[in-house]
Amino acid sequence: MENKLIASSSPHIRSDETISRIMLDVIIALLPATLASIYFFRFNALKLIVLSVLSAVITEAIFQKARKKPVTINDLSAVVTGLLLAFNIPSSAPWWIPVIGSAFAIAIVKQFFGGLGHNFMNPALAARAMLLASWPTIMTEWVTPGADAVSTATPLAILKGQAEGILPSLTDMLMGNMGGSLGETSAILLIIGGIYLLYRGVINWRIPFTYIGTVAVIMLAFGGGIQNTMYHLLSGGLMLGAFFMATDYASSPVTKKGQIIFGIGAGLLTSVIRLKGGYPEGVSYSILLMNVAAPLIDKYTGPKVFGEVKQNA
Amino acid sequence: MNLKSFTFKGGIHPPHYKRYSEKAEIEKAEEPKVVIIPMQQHIGAPCEPIVKVGDKVKIGQKIGEAKAFVSAPIHSSISGIVKKISSMNTPTGSGVMCVTIESDELNEIHENVMSKGDIEKLTKEEIINIIKEAGITGQGGASFPTHVKLSPPPDKKIDTVILNGAECEPFLTADHRLMLEQPEKVVYGLKALMKAVGVNKGYIGIENNKPDAIKAMVKAAEKESNIEVVSLVAKYPQGDEKRLINAVTGRVVPSGGLPMDVGVIVNNVGTASAIANAIQTGMPLVERVVTVTGSAINTPKNLLVKIGTPFKDIIAQCGGYKETPGKIIMGGPMMGLAQFTDEVPVIKGTSGVLILNEKEARIPEPDPCIRCGKCVDICPVNLQPLFISQLSLKGQYDDTQKYHVLDCIECGSCSFICPSKRPLLQSIRVAKREVLAKRKKS
Repeated sequence: MENKLIASSSPHIRSDETISRIMLDVIIALLPATLASIYFFRFNALKLIVLSVLSAVITEAIFQKARKKPVTINDLSAVVTGLLLAFNIPSSAPWWIPVIGSAFAIAIVKQFFGGLGHNFMNPALAARAMLLASWPTIMTEWVTPGADAVSTATPLAILKGQAEGILPSLTDMLMGNMGGSLGETSAILLIIGGIYLLYRGVINWRIPFTYIGTVAVIMLAFGGGIQNTMYHLLSGGLMLGAFFMATDYASSPVTKKGQIIFGIGAGLLTSVIRLKGGYPEGVSYSILLMNVAAPLIDKYTGPKVFGEVKQNA
Repeated sequence: MNLKSFTFKGGIHPPHYKRYSEKAEIEKAEEPKVVIIPMQQHIGAPCEPIVKVGDKVKIGQKIGEAKAFVSAPIHSSISGIVKKISSMNTPTGSGVMCVTIESDELNEIHENVMSKGDIEKLTKEEIINIIKEAGITGQGGASFPTHVKLSPPPDKKIDTVILNGAECEPFLTADHRLMLEQPEKVVYGLKALMKAVGVNKGYIGIENNKPDAIKAMVKAAEKESNIEVVSLVAKYPQGDEKRLINAVTGRVVPSGGLPMDVGVIVNNVGTASAIANAIQTGMPLVERVVTVTGSAINTPKNLLVKIGTPFKDIIAQCGGYKETPGKIIMGGPMMGLAQFTDEVPVIKGTSGVLILNEKEARIPEPDPCIRCGKCVDICPVNLQPLFISQLSLKGQYDDTQKYHVLDCIECGSCSFICPSKRPLLQSIRVAKREVLAKRKKS
């Protein structure tokens, strides 16, 4: 019997949590918004989402097979990336946009840098930035929800005076009945998903709350009143970005203070881009910029070790 | 009963697993036929055997003499004949000198074992000496000689004694049952400790997942105006000295410092009860309460076991193995020591014998770190385990000092919480050893 006993070092028990469970939670949290986008943008949305997820998973499998590494598509992280990328694509986009985007996100941004946990940027956002730079017209062609999809402008473009149009009602914005990328239109469903992630402990309040809070405060001060502030909070990718993108583990700080700085920084950048920049929307770029700063933030926000103060005093 | 519960920052909530044994009253274990008593059961210098093969010994007779200051003498737990003095496997290591005694089943008590009188009449020095001579060491697991704790350098003013009844390790219920069944003894021991260091304030900290024990202790301490029972949030590692002091008094023990640096001495409730025994009956530390529990044992129990009884014997008294054991742990699942055999003896620091089945014992395959930051969130010392572990795994031990590797208390919370099942504590431990070894050399 003796030689069967395992004599490893403590601790001898582990929590039930696993990577795939965390990823599954994110997928569950994204589900309401996914269904809503299919409801609003019909078959085209479904097609783009399926293509995006499939190409993300297949790219990961091919890449790992080619490098003779264990294939880890079961951890569901590629599914999450694919889904998030689809959320960032307009419903009118052709089929190859999500395919190229997902392949780029997984192969270049994730796997080239060492795979899961080593991506220095959020893969879905980096892919979106690439698509936006390469096919700007396709990536900014918005249509109204529903079967008779016609061209429209996003509320932020209207706010900014870059496009003609009538602002949708705040209720429509909350529900997602407006022009925009697939998954970013329904603020309320994204918030519900975010609350689920908070409840499950997958994310904590620090990044999303400081992010949204910073945008709210700046827009109240400089954005032209309460009504405009509401438009700024509910439109664009703010909710999606704050709850699902900025909180990406690998590309955001791990320290408590760092996460707060990260959230405030992303909020500042988003507000500045929206108010002063050339683009009507600033969530993607501000998160990407903060991603690059994350290691530096981590470096300077290491927590004070228990009992450290007294000793130095 | 509505006591406010106190705690510290950070920590984890592992499942308690206490239901296995928390309702089991402390039972006297069967008299062992043979005991194997190691000459080193505590942190500090080993003892030298003062008996020879063939000697007849009685219960409570000193068989190992402590030569160094940080050491505690060792006594026989049974009466019988010394059969062997040789190096054997013990729960804390192999090749430890052990005295093997075969019982004569007469249960003769040594003539030196007699009541030492009442606390009121004893002086500080006398109490400390009784504790020293009784070979009392911390019963929480680490086994530091208690009399050493009670002799702080004169520049350290002690004003508080805290009894640790947190028992935050999952599975363990020995302290819980002790507080429930013999609260007066615990209070008596605390009073002795307070007198020994000349303080006026005593606390007993108990996690709020043991409301019955809190109730019993409050009742037992009713008449003592300077003893307070403190309810603590059930959270791991609440029973760690520095976390406990922080929760009870709000004081922060400096990094690298000891409880006495903030005027506190912490002892386990089991230690207090052993002190009460030593004063009231004169019996040195020759037995202790051990929780025998886990998924692979038939009838989990809390047993009063003679020091030196082989694990095998007490496992047999708990109905033996229910299924093939995968891991035998001395202590709790978070900080306990895995054993490679069940033939090692119970020692003074054996708070539990935990048997996990093969499935639970399996070491999980680690996945890549996803930087979820959970280990940073929960570290009770505010370390960043992921970075230290990363450096350690790369062999960059020197760099781990920038991340305060030596402050790690090895509670294992980081490894527990990690969704990627990374060997965080295990690798941090390696870095600690390397850093310390290097310091010693230079």
